[in-house]
Amino acid sequence: MAGHPRPLSPHLQVYRPQLTSFTSIMHRLTGIGLAVGLLYLVCWLVAAASGLEAFDRLQSFNGSIVGKLLLLGWTIAFFYHLLNGLRHLAWDAGWGFELPAAYRTGYAVLIGTAVLTILAWVIGYYRMGAF
Amino acid sequence: MAETTESTKSLRSPIARARGLGSAKEGVAHWWAQRMTALALIPLGIWFVASVVCLAGADHAAITQWLSAPFTLGALALTLFAAFYHAALGLQVVIEDYIHGKVAKHALIILIQFAAFAFAVSGIIALLMTAFAG
Repeated sequence: MAGHPRPLSPHLQVYRPQLTSFTSIMHRLTGIGLAVGLLYLVCWLVAAASGLEAFDRLQSFNGSIVGKLLLLGWTIAFFYHLLNGLRHLAWDAGWGFELPAAYRTGYAVLIGTAVLTILAWVIGYYRMGAF
Repeated sequence: MAETTESTKSLRSPIARARGLGSAKEGVAHWWAQRMTALALIPLGIWFVASVVCLAGADHAAITQWLSAPFTLGALALTLFAAFYHAALGLQVVIEDYIHGKVAKHALIILIQFAAFAFAVSGIIALLMTAFAG
């Protein structure tokens, strides 16, 4: 280690937030959130298999404020991780690595996430007969 | 130059000691599996979320009817398998990045891999029970 100062990882407190670092961190966070969501999905499937009573209890939780916030969070996380995942796969294929392209696709991911989340919830409420 | 003395003392050749110790440590298998499950989850994930959105407000009978359809059963089993596999691979990288204790790191990775497969199997069994219950 003598003599050669090695490059350090960006230190979060002094690292100026950028769109590229933000989208990278969010990919991880949404991934962790979706892993928790998968556990909830299994609970939902087990409840559906257990019969009407268990299923209705879970569905009424889904309809509560906390339940709706969780479902909204998972919707955002899903669309974000899907779109940013496509961005990662494009990078793996060697496309879009230039800084302007990385910023364009970064904004596209954020806008796409917002649009798809709103669309999903509008369709969901429409199917429930809200309007 | 302590490292030089150490390496000349060893009977193992430098290439033998270096093998498997690259930045990826285990080669490309993890990286490749992460991408393949990601690819599979693009159609599976979109199908699942679109289906659930369309089922909003449906009662138990309607949900179990949907879950019992052969296509749903197959697609959802594949989704569970790919998603839990993908999640285990992704969480493993997060643990490798942030947990530095050797025992804690490996214990957590093993725990997550066991849990992922246990939950995936639980979900698939629940699906089969729903499909063949009535």
